[in-house]
Amino acid sequence: MLEIKNLKASVNGNLILKGIDFTVNEGEVHAIMGPNGSGKSTLAQVLAGHEAYDVSEESSVTFLGQNLLELPAEERARAGLFLAFQYPVEIPGVSNAHFLRAALNEIRVSRGLEELDAIDFEDLLKEKMELMNVPATFAERFVNLGFSGGEKKRNEILQLAVMEPRLAILDESDSGLDIDALRIVSEGINLLRSPQRAFILVTHYQRLLNYVTPDFVHVLYKGRIVRSGGKELALELEERGYDWIKDEVMAAA
Amino acid sequence: MSTVKDKQDLKKAHYVSEWSRIPLNGDPIWLKQLRIRGAHLFRDTEFPNTRMEEWRRTNISIINNTSYRSTPASPPIALTQKAVEPFFLKNPAATELVFINGRYNKTISRLPALPEGVAAGSLRRAIQSPLARVVKTHLGSCLQARNAYTALNTAFLQDGAFVYVPKNILVETPIHIIALTIPGQEPSAAYPRVLAVLEDGSQASITTHFVSLSEHQPYLANAVEEIILGPNAQLDYCRLVEEKAQGNHLATAEVRQDQNSRFNGFMAVLDGNIVRSQVCVELAGDGAECQLNGLYLNDGHRLTDTQFSVLHSRPHGLSRITGKGILDGDSKAVFLGKVYVHPDAQKTDSRQLNQNLLLSERASVETKPQLEIYADDVKCTHGATVGAPPQEVLFYFRSRGISEAAARGMLTCGFAQELIEEAPTHAIREYLSAHVLAKYAPKEIR
Repeated sequence: MLEIKNLKASVNGNLILKGIDFTVNEGEVHAIMGPNGSGKSTLAQVLAGHEAYDVSEESSVTFLGQNLLELPAEERARAGLFLAFQYPVEIPGVSNAHFLRAALNEIRVSRGLEELDAIDFEDLLKEKMELMNVPATFAERFVNLGFSGGEKKRNEILQLAVMEPRLAILDESDSGLDIDALRIVSEGINLLRSPQRAFILVTHYQRLLNYVTPDFVHVLYKGRIVRSGGKELALELEERGYDWIKDEVMAAA
Repeated sequence: MSTVKDKQDLKKAHYVSEWSRIPLNGDPIWLKQLRIRGAHLFRDTEFPNTRMEEWRRTNISIINNTSYRSTPASPPIALTQKAVEPFFLKNPAATELVFINGRYNKTISRLPALPEGVAAGSLRRAIQSPLARVVKTHLGSCLQARNAYTALNTAFLQDGAFVYVPKNILVETPIHIIALTIPGQEPSAAYPRVLAVLEDGSQASITTHFVSLSEHQPYLANAVEEIILGPNAQLDYCRLVEEKAQGNHLATAEVRQDQNSRFNGFMAVLDGNIVRSQVCVELAGDGAECQLNGLYLNDGHRLTDTQFSVLHSRPHGLSRITGKGILDGDSKAVFLGKVYVHPDAQKTDSRQLNQNLLLSERASVETKPQLEIYADDVKCTHGATVGAPPQEVLFYFRSRGISEAAARGMLTCGFAQELIEEAPTHAIREYLSAHVLAKYAPKEIR
């Protein structure tokens, strides 16, 4: 589904991603872990199409048979890629319902489906809100405006549920959550897992992975994946921290 | 060689000559005296110019240099109610008062029954009624010598809108004043005037709506509104300026609030060439509260100047000033918020905010929120922002499949909508939302 080869990206001339390779297949959950500043969020933003990053011409990313790097951000979303933001932005004056209907309809139209009118969308949103266990007030509130940190993260997961992407990249959707909110967010993610849908969970902490079991864990350090493994790698990181990995990388250099 | 002063004198001589032709029509002596006071003040006051602090950023020399003729008392075309109905509020219960070139036209107005003792209609008619006493007491009473044009409005005062709500009466339906300018063949000026008096404990909703049926003749609408709120009275007030592209507009509203009264004002400038929208509030009684919200939507080469001032004269007053502007093309906006806290006005609570969204690199904004505080126990804040739609926000939309153009549209509508929701009258909120949507939203997201 997603094939990343030699992904190099820089911002303002600083090389952040220094050659990343990995493949995500349908239905898989990959966790990207690593210490602060290792390039985790950059990887998420580059995949979503943020234009602040310069991607090297040597790099290639294929998503569902398309050259992802050629597509602008909105077309990546229409192709089925979703990014849950680490810091979701606030949009004064635009209600969640209005925002989500516009987004869903853009995607539907791009796939040759009919637009949903406000009434049909209301039904769909209500169903998704119940499924994701978010308060009914979310619909009419302005997007993320005045939301607590936890509410913003839950709102991202609600958007994910409405947009039904093929690949969801969750950028630190667990950070800043108390244990109850973490549980709700993880339950939401688990409900959305399916054989057709893949996840990339970008996280600093192992905690989320207690609730959402990954198939693969990759450790990103200084812009490179320095180790890959199964879910047991996450447990090892939790126990030993990142220092041993840093030491290994230093020793190898 | 003629000097600036000579030129001014010539322009003034034009207005004085127009003024001398005002028909007397048996006006009471006090009204004639009021007009004469206005004429004197006009003659002795310099035209607004960029050497004056308050006008430093707003160049209206194009208005100063035009010798506007007085608009004809009766328009060249006979208007039916059908012709003005498009301006009516989408609320069939609303009182619709139609003024053409400042003069009341009863036949094309819509006048549902109002509670006993409430007056909503012509100032001239009121002068001939038992309410003359109220008019005489208040007309011109709270108008400060703001500038030569407000004086000119008083000099030309012949009719206007008059709203009177007696003690403890609640008027539940909105009163909509449509000030329609229909210029003659030459550049002409109309002098709309409004006097609203709300007695103790009364409540009403008034909207003044400035429009024109002019096709291409240039004109000036020079409006003055006086609003007097008695103790504990509450007024929801809107002003919509929707002049034509060749229409200039100078409006001043003076609001005097007695103790515990509340004024909730929403001023929207939607169209017009040069538009100056000024509201000056005096919180003259303890615990009075006012909210002044201003929305201006500029494009092309238009210039808007929004001036909101609040004078806190007494303790425990509260004021909230919010200005929001959307600027496109080569347009320019000036925003000046001024809060003055008198030494007696302890426990004043005041907030000012001006936010501007720039849709074009050529558009410009001059913003100046000001505070002058002479009391020591007060809570006052002010702030201003000017900027283009942030890239991070646009990226958020795009990451959800929404194109940048659609994102800008939604963002722009949302920016306005956030303030529109503060407008006190349902029909006005609907009207403004529809206007903003039609102006900024790409078709697919309406």
